Amino acid sequence: MIYLDNSATTKPSPEVLKTFQSVSLNYFANPSSIHTMGGDVEKLFKKARKQIAELLNVSDQEVIFTSGGTESNNLAIKGIAHAHKNRGNHIITTQIEHPSVLQVCEQLENEGFEVTYLPVNQQGIISVDDLMKAHKEETILVTMMHINNEIGSIQPIEEVANYLSQFPKVTFHTDHVQGFGKIPLKYNADGLDLVTISGHKIHGLKGTGCLIKKRHINLEPLFQGGSQEISIRPGTENVAGIVSLAKAIRLAQEKQKNYSHVMLLRQRLFDELKNHKQITINSPQNGAAHIFNISIPGFKPEVLIHALGEKDIYVSTTSACSSKQNEPSHVVLACSNELNANSSLRVSMHIEQNEEDIDVFIKELNKIIKQYDNVMG
Amino acid sequence: MKRIYLDHAATTPIHPSVKDVMRDAMEESFGNPSSIHHFGRESRKRLDEARTTMAKSINGNYESIIFTSGGTEANNLAIFGAAYANQHKGNHIITTQIEHHAVLHPCEQLEKEGFDVTYLPVNENGLVDIMDVKKALRKDTILTTIMFVNNETGMKQPIQMIGNMMRSRGIIFHTDAVQAFGIESIDVNEMKIDLLTVSSHKIYGPKGVGFLYKRDEIELAQRLFGGEQERTWRSGTENTLAIEGFKKAVEVLQDERDKRNEHYQSLTNRLIHSLDEKSIDYHVNGDLSPEVHVPNIINLSFPGMDVEIFLTNLDLSGIAVSSGSACTAGAIDPSHVLRAMYGEDSPRLRNSIRFSFGKDNTEEEMEQVAERIQLIVNRLASKN
Repeated sequence: MIYLDNSATTKPSPEVLKTFQSVSLNYFANPSSIHTMGGDVEKLFKKARKQIAELLNVSDQEVIFTSGGTESNNLAIKGIAHAHKNRGNHIITTQIEHPSVLQVCEQLENEGFEVTYLPVNQQGIISVDDLMKAHKEETILVTMMHINNEIGSIQPIEEVANYLSQFPKVTFHTDHVQGFGKIPLKYNADGLDLVTISGHKIHGLKGTGCLIKKRHINLEPLFQGGSQEISIRPGTENVAGIVSLAKAIRLAQEKQKNYSHVMLLRQRLFDELKNHKQITINSPQNGAAHIFNISIPGFKPEVLIHALGEKDIYVSTTSACSSKQNEPSHVVLACSNELNANSSLRVSMHIEQNEEDIDVFIKELNKIIKQYDNVMG
Repeated sequence: MKRIYLDHAATTPIHPSVKDVMRDAMEESFGNPSSIHHFGRESRKRLDEARTTMAKSINGNYESIIFTSGGTEANNLAIFGAAYANQHKGNHIITTQIEHHAVLHPCEQLEKEGFDVTYLPVNENGLVDIMDVKKALRKDTILTTIMFVNNETGMKQPIQMIGNMMRSRGIIFHTDAVQAFGIESIDVNEMKIDLLTVSSHKIYGPKGVGFLYKRDEIELAQRLFGGEQERTWRSGTENTLAIEGFKKAVEVLQDERDKRNEHYQSLTNRLIHSLDEKSIDYHVNGDLSPEVHVPNIINLSFPGMDVEIFLTNLDLSGIAVSSGSACTAGAIDPSHVLRAMYGEDSPRLRNSIRFSFGKDNTEEEMEQVAERIQLIVNRLASKN
């Protein structure tokens, strides 16, 4: 089995699963209960929060646990927009965000907010000049993903944070779901106010994630209920999930050193496929190493996915979240053309991906293209 | 000293069968159900099966189940979703004074936004009077949200009657069934329920998962935006492992429900009997008749006790119970449920304890609980 769809989801690591199991069974009480059993669970839960805060170099109160990336993005964007609508109604984002950002922005447009969708160049990168030009008196929020989930382009998050740090009225959120564990950010940087992290993209469990929220940032909760997570995120804490997330975050940071190995694999993909007449490479040369996107115009990506699946190789079209729509990739469209957007294929590697996996993928892809050429030719 | 856990209304441990199923699922299936390759399809298949199990458990349609991160999210989706989607029809909402905070706080938020909310009172037994419900109805009422079983007292509201009344008037009826689902057999069609909240970790399943039943005809405003999961009612990669465990918890529940209920009733009887035998002074908050009360939650007032000191002593003696109210920063807020039943000045607000039973509690434990209570009560009383 060669699994190259790690940007859709990753296989949970055995250590994470072990942690989840052991906490589920041994620490089942509700951390809000005031008896000793509840207290023990609360202690463990606080320890997990502290550990994550230390690993990310932020303070304990700045970690808000959620059910995952989509909820964190919704909480950040809706939360800021609704809490600060009296200050202004303008939001800046980019054309290539994940649906859990884009759709929230579209919803806010329906509510009367004005949203600027920054364009990207052919490398899938925004221009900070464009951002400065779009920034105005009414701007209350900038939300910009760190690593694009389809093509791996990297936005200049720290530069944007640095620029926005001069404007305390503007909150800056980044969707860091694809970047965590590969390309770190300076989480305590001035101007970087909200950061989304998801567990299941870093060999943690689905249903786990967090939002880093700097202390001075106020946002309106998505849910109302108990006083968990300083009332920003009520609901009985998924303690086993949270402790397993702390484990996944620690492991992801430890394994980050393997990133240079993934860069070598990615270089191999580039070198082997760049001269292929039928293949266009959509990922920029200077993008994140673990996400590699190509188009093979004339080939329906579904056909290629199934043909590769027959060989026990698993890749995807665009993001899993929009792969049901059969629409062209909005990301590839923003930095290339419709032909490529209709036929894009994503290879996404995990941090310990095997060299041989990539060789087999390249070999089989070439074979399949040749086979179909013969059939159709 | 063996610890006795009597706080199952706060949360339950994971059932051994649930544990086994989750352990297998961890090893066999990790794909994203939205992926179109083999791993995605395998996860999708499991997700579909779980959805079928949930739907059948309440006699709802397969499409009517929306998986959420738990009871709080499901209640919020139901209340905000129904209010926003139907505000063109009216802005009046009916609820009760004794709901869980995950219902009360959304209602309070909607009030701030201009909705009009009626908080129905309850009688001394914690029951809503169906005539009060009727009187509260207005032309612009769009939603009624009334809990099935109260989490502090175990009192059952007249859901069938309320359902009939709302359906005949075309008003959306939501019920928070988090505490009811493990005890009552629920038929959403028969009971004319439009929206129903269920949580996994109250029925021996994992935390972080629950569902909202939404009758097909009901319009909700979307709350979480993103991918097309849960037919866009609830975006975000599905929490497949927890859903797998939740499914098993429901299957086991269906096999064991009657047996468990009999067991809970005998625990209740034994605890009451033992307290009586020891002539301990107590009052039942509510009414223990099975028609209006579930057998696994009892709320007792101990005259002369102070709840915080009492709870601490019970905890030291190895008994995990609660005052039945949410705890905020270590202090115990007087219960809004008991306040609604007995008034602001009733001493019951400061001396009541909730006992909630589980399948593994024994009658022998009930006797020990009565014994330890007797020791504590005598010790504390002699100090006064």
